Amino acid sequence: MKTFGGPAILLDRDDINTDEIIPAKYLTEITKIALKSHLLEDLLLDGKAFDSHSPEMNEAKVVIARANFGCGSSREHAVWVFEVNDINVVIASSFARIFRQNMFNCGILAMELSEGDINAIFAMSGKLSVAVDMEQELINVHSDDAALADMQCSFSLNSYDKNLVSAGGWLAYADANY
Amino acid sequence: MGKTITQKIFDAHLRDSPTPENMVLDLDVVLCHEITTPIAIMDLMEKGMDRVFDPTKIKAVIDHVTPAKDSKTAAQGKIMREWAKRQNIKDFFDVGENGVCHALFPEKGFIRPGNTVIMGDSHTCTHGAFGAFAAGVGTTDLEVGILKGVCTFRTPISMKVVITGELKEGVVAKDVILAIIKRITVNGATDRIIEFTGPLVDTMNMAARMTLCNMAVEAGATSGLCYPDRVTAEYLWKFIKDDYTTIDAAVEEFTKWHSDADAEYAEVIELNVSNLVPQVTFGYKPDQVKDIKEMEGTPVDQVYIGSCTNGRIEDLRQSAAILKGKKLAAGVRGIVTPATPAIYSQALDEGIIKIFMDAGFCVLNPTCGACLGMSSGVLAEDEVCAATTNRNFSGRMGKGGMVHLMSPGSAAATAITGTISDPRQFLVQ
Repeated sequence: MKTFGGPAILLDRDDINTDEIIPAKYLTEITKIALKSHLLEDLLLDGKAFDSHSPEMNEAKVVIARANFGCGSSREHAVWVFEVNDINVVIASSFARIFRQNMFNCGILAMELSEGDINAIFAMSGKLSVAVDMEQELINVHSDDAALADMQCSFSLNSYDKNLVSAGGWLAYADANY
Repeated sequence: MGKTITQKIFDAHLRDSPTPENMVLDLDVVLCHEITTPIAIMDLMEKGMDRVFDPTKIKAVIDHVTPAKDSKTAAQGKIMREWAKRQNIKDFFDVGENGVCHALFPEKGFIRPGNTVIMGDSHTCTHGAFGAFAAGVGTTDLEVGILKGVCTFRTPISMKVVITGELKEGVVAKDVILAIIKRITVNGATDRIIEFTGPLVDTMNMAARMTLCNMAVEAGATSGLCYPDRVTAEYLWKFIKDDYTTIDAAVEEFTKWHSDADAEYAEVIELNVSNLVPQVTFGYKPDQVKDIKEMEGTPVDQVYIGSCTNGRIEDLRQSAAILKGKKLAAGVRGIVTPATPAIYSQALDEGIIKIFMDAGFCVLNPTCGACLGMSSGVLAEDEVCAATTNRNFSGRMGKGGMVHLMSPGSAAATAITGTISDPRQFLVQ
């Protein structure tokens, strides 16, 4: 099974919606790669425009946010724009149904952690990186702040979601099974 | 233990249950538009799987940007057009016959009680108004739907919204659904299916029921639905008259798609609408809703009447009743887009288009257009739009713009005054 994890970027907000992740004006693209530079282009954090081209954003492999991530549109472009930016894990306390399904349908991870764990991650100082252990169902969060110990949280994925990830997505799974 | 309508539909369509939490359903209808389908088509072609499970169960339309505005949207249309031809998809609606998918497909009689329906569009929940299970999905789900005729959903969890009381004049389905979303929040129905029931829903026509179900997703719901009844049967009669001896027989058969009295719900809420007043959104989330009185006087730059929420003939009539003989406020741009050619034609016959034009509105062809900021009325930075649409997200109708969601009557009143306005002041006594 492929490995997941890497440097994390924290987006401290509930209800981050699909239109903020990828505005509709880019839905006229017919290749996924054309979306690349528009990731999180319209995101507002604390009411202010988010810098979607910061060094932290550019090197991120994991996105961490709060509740109801990916609400709104069904556009899978909101998943592809992460994928083409090499971000294969989104962690949140909850997801909108379609966004979550789209992530697993592409064979990548939308991971729900408890609100307590999410709060604890947001409370960590320093630059964070995340390692996902699919076998043990554990996430290790490491900070470059030497004073902080690593934090571990458990997650649970049902066998169907795991099968989608190991099959590389729903099309491959469905083609093999139906 | 009894079953909900959704459990009954799932039972009747169950292909597989890979875990107790996941159900693979056979699909009755797969709906397609030019924004989310072309990448699925191209991926299938690339993989040597350019097939469809059943061309008669696939319905396709070009609606989001139509006629094409540039080379890219022209290419999306071309991919759809060629695919429909190649795959022998007869129900394909192109320029001249096309309209907003969630208004056009019901009008064609494609959605029936008890159906399973998917589309690569979050407002697919609209079709739940017919007592169908209809859900928005991403492109991969759509792709598998096209190829295999199946889709996976989690085991359904339902919540019931019982709507009682009587609406005051000038208060409509849009106000009801905004009040419901305010109450349950944008996350309150996530992974649930909302059943809209109660005496008020029983009296609603299909257009009003579609407005309710259309915005279920704004509360996070997988879908929203109403029980199919006489109103449903009368709406569908011209399409189903050969299947039943009488309308009564259809109504009787539809009752098999009603939830049992002892069905289980995650939550039941009751909303009495007798004191409800016109509602409006004020922020970037559809649950940020106030009584319109609290927002009165807020200036707008544009008024947009249309969309899958409120672009039907019943909606245009509500706007026209207020606009008749009046003019747009100076400096305000008015845009109306009847949701389908049939609605446009009906509005012409009823003199509604003339009322809009005399008021100074731009009358567009049927399209999704500016509702999602793709074409035909995109906002500039710091501009404000009063819209009968369903989503007020930051940037939705254009980067830096603000959208206030409201009813067709409220939008018309706002057009006349140039500031957010209660429509009831314009109602003829």
